[in-house]
Amino acid sequence: MRRFIVFLVSAALGMVSPVAMAAETRIVVDGSTTVGPIAKQFAQYYMSKHPDVNVTVSESGSGNGAKSLVNGTCDAASMSRFMKDNEFQAAVAKGVMPVAHVVAVDGLAVIVHPSNRVKDLSLAQFRDIYEGKIKNWSEVGGPSLSIVKVGRDTNSGTYETFESLVMQGARVSGDTETTGSNGAVRARVQSTPASIGYVGLGFVDRTVKPLAVNGIVPNRETVASGVYPIARPLFLFTNGYPKLGTPLHGFVTLYLSEKGQEIIEAIGFVPVTDY
Amino acid sequence: MVSSDRLVPAGRSLLLSYRADRMRRLGSLVGQSILLLITSSSILAVLFIFYFIGRDAIPFFQAEGFREFFTSADWYPSGDPPAYGALAIFYGSAMVTVGATLVAVPLGVLAALCLSDILPFSIRQMVKPVIEILAAIPSVAFGFFALVVFAPLLQEHGGRLLAWVGWLVGGPLAVLGVVVLSDLATAGLPEKLRAAGRGAIGLVLAVVAFVGLARLGDFFHGLQIVTGVNALNASIILGIMALPTVVSVSEDALQAVGRELREGSYALGATRAETLVRVVIPAAASGISAAVILGVMRAVGETMVVWMASGNAAHVPEPWYDFLASVRTLTANIAGDMGEADQSLGSSRYHVLFAMALCLLAVSFALNMLSEWAVHRSRKKMRGQ
Repeated sequence: MRRFIVFLVSAALGMVSPVAMAAETRIVVDGSTTVGPIAKQFAQYYMSKHPDVNVTVSESGSGNGAKSLVNGTCDAASMSRFMKDNEFQAAVAKGVMPVAHVVAVDGLAVIVHPSNRVKDLSLAQFRDIYEGKIKNWSEVGGPSLSIVKVGRDTNSGTYETFESLVMQGARVSGDTETTGSNGAVRARVQSTPASIGYVGLGFVDRTVKPLAVNGIVPNRETVASGVYPIARPLFLFTNGYPKLGTPLHGFVTLYLSEKGQEIIEAIGFVPVTDY
Repeated sequence: MVSSDRLVPAGRSLLLSYRADRMRRLGSLVGQSILLLITSSSILAVLFIFYFIGRDAIPFFQAEGFREFFTSADWYPSGDPPAYGALAIFYGSAMVTVGATLVAVPLGVLAALCLSDILPFSIRQMVKPVIEILAAIPSVAFGFFALVVFAPLLQEHGGRLLAWVGWLVGGPLAVLGVVVLSDLATAGLPEKLRAAGRGAIGLVLAVVAFVGLARLGDFFHGLQIVTGVNALNASIILGIMALPTVVSVSEDALQAVGRELREGSYALGATRAETLVRVVIPAAASGISAAVILGVMRAVGETMVVWMASGNAAHVPEPWYDFLASVRTLTANIAGDMGEADQSLGSSRYHVLFAMALCLLAVSFALNMLSEWAVHRSRKKMRGQ
């Protein structure tokens, strides 16, 4: 009996002690504006579970995230691309060993009005539309209507994804409408029969029609597996693999938990794991 | 002069002790300096705005120069290499402002004329507050309306709607024009011929106006509007937003003309139309132009509505007068591109927004000065100087 009590007490202490030890723990996350929302939601959730840990997330762009990690001013760099050669070299030169954690996959769905009979576009056609080379739906098998292109402001992570995966260096034509959020793009597309837009996969609903790109329909499987062409992994980089059981470890592995996946899906990204 | 014993309560001496006098002076000095401080703080705020916007705008011009910014229409701030040609955005601002002015000024000035000279006093007392309520609606509500209600409406029934508006606006205008023109045209005729001449000219003008309006209606009806968020949408909504300013300032100007001038005109045998066109409007011209400038300022500086209603496409429409194309304005561009990300980088992409803000501020400031000058002139005119 006494042994049992000792066991209970020590177990209780065991549960409390890491918390007590971590009283001053701060986790600083810096980097991509695309990954920022995930990091922020993770931070909020993590802090609600661990009130003694303070997670701060800033969004200054992937490049700055890498810089911060190299300079040791952040614990985790959120990046919407992999580290570049020179960033890696600079890190290693400073004794920082970047380890990548793929927290989610970002897939952009190409959406049109439900009345549009176009079902499929090639990536090149999609690019040509936004470049202004294809101006009418009839050129891609649709009705004779001039295409209304709806896009995102250049600050957004979604635009960044679109620019790097779709435009690939080509310039978006000036007559593209610009809106401030995924929801606004969807609203424009659902009310405009001649429109085309792109949103995070999580924002596709019944009011708009997602197009297949290169014949591949965007959904969780095709995006997570990378078959769908407009998809990319989103990273958190840490200096070495975080020590097991530390708050940082808990934080960067949140994406493996059920709650983490819920968060990722709610913001419109695709979880890499599937529980 | 009022006798002093009525101002000073009974039993209190007018003479103050030296001490009380000093205290009173000190008190008034403190009061005055506090008021001066409060007044100058708002002036300081204006100066600070100029200073800080200028401070952040200058690095852009130092790094990129003036040429591309003012002459190129390629706006790719995130490109590699970036392009900061703001011409298309300046153009968009100008286009939307002109459009809003075209909506607000005729409507507003005519409404003011109607309020001040045509409607009976009791109706004016009811109508004016209703127009002024427009000014109390928050701009985001206008923007939401533009995006959610007006844009789909324009897309689906745009042509028909425009045709109706053509008739609705053109009809009364045509009637007014016909009446006024035939009135003026026959003013020189001898008394006997005047009624007949007026009828004949009025009929001819009415037929011309009707045919013109029908043509216009057909043209509008045939238009296909692919996107509802465009310069037209923004112009109309902005025009409606600027309406209360234009109406109330020009109505004040028309009111200020005074009875004597109107009665003098009637006494000389002028008709109501002649009095309005040749006496009242010229006399109130400076005040009306101040109203117009204030309305234009409202349209230039508005952000939320244009961000939601104009479509924000940074290009010069083709053809250049195509109001059915999406455009982007300076204000919407600043609001849309101002991200946290840029600030920490301190790049040209960040400073270019301040360069735009500086241009906007300069335009606003110039317009403000212009309207001050117009108001000043109208006051002087009213005093007969």
